[in-house]
Amino acid sequence: MIVFEYVAEALFYGFVALTFMGGFMAIRSKMLMHAVLGLAVALFGVAGLYFYLGSPFLTMMQILIYVGAVCIIIVLGVMIGNTPDQLAAKKQERKNLPLALVTCSVAFIGLFVAMILRTHFTAASERVGDMSIRFVGENLLYQYCLAFELISVILLTAIIGAIILARDGREEKTS
Amino acid sequence: MMISSNLNTYLIIAAVLLVIGLYGMVQHRSLIGILISSEFILNGAALNFMAFNHFVAPNPAVGQIYALFIMGIAAAEAAIAISMIIAVYRKYQSEDPEELQDMKM
Repeated sequence: MIVFEYVAEALFYGFVALTFMGGFMAIRSKMLMHAVLGLAVALFGVAGLYFYLGSPFLTMMQILIYVGAVCIIIVLGVMIGNTPDQLAAKKQERKNLPLALVTCSVAFIGLFVAMILRTHFTAASERVGDMSIRFVGENLLYQYCLAFELISVILLTAIIGAIILARDGREEKTS
Repeated sequence: MMISSNLNTYLIIAAVLLVIGLYGMVQHRSLIGILISSEFILNGAALNFMAFNHFVAPNPAVGQIYALFIMGIAAAEAAIAISMIIAVYRKYQSEDPEELQDMKM
């Protein structure tokens, strides 16, 4: 049985590598299509990490909502970006690179040293319930009903807002 | 002790996701790139929720509910942001943040 633990551990490293490589691809590639592909790979890696955190339900939701829906929406937006030959003509210089590096290293070192390593997190003395979908559903509809209703209203507002925003310019152009 | 059953591992991965998002937001030259980077920041937050949910929290459903909440927020945000970018592109014929100087539509 110890073999399976090592296999699981190796798969964990694989998911972490997927996350980081996807992230690197998303921020360093010049073509937006490659960036969206990197985002999808990284989100898939994070879905694997959710599985290791004991929630197969969130793994499925991550793949369904993020990789399936959000990435597709972003691909729709890529249509209005520059084509590869336009990019070559534009010759993008990365002016903000030193600023970006300083910001990110300060943020990471601040988080890493000041918060993560110096804090001792103690586990709760007793846990109620389990990680099952049934327990999540009961909590979502009884105790955390507000979150459920709030996300419904937000999604409805977002849909109406997106339709109005995207339609406005088109009406101006035709009239 | 296995590294996959340690709270700090997940916190560090979430911190790296946050930093990836920050870096992408600062240096990307298009609005879509900035939107992609913001998804990394949201994912880092959701991973933090799930890590604390698994190792620390007394009720193991709360972290999952809030991770689902973040997913809904991200989906709504992506839809709104894409339609805003399309509206801006109609007006300016560009999606480079440096060319969008005046706010008058």
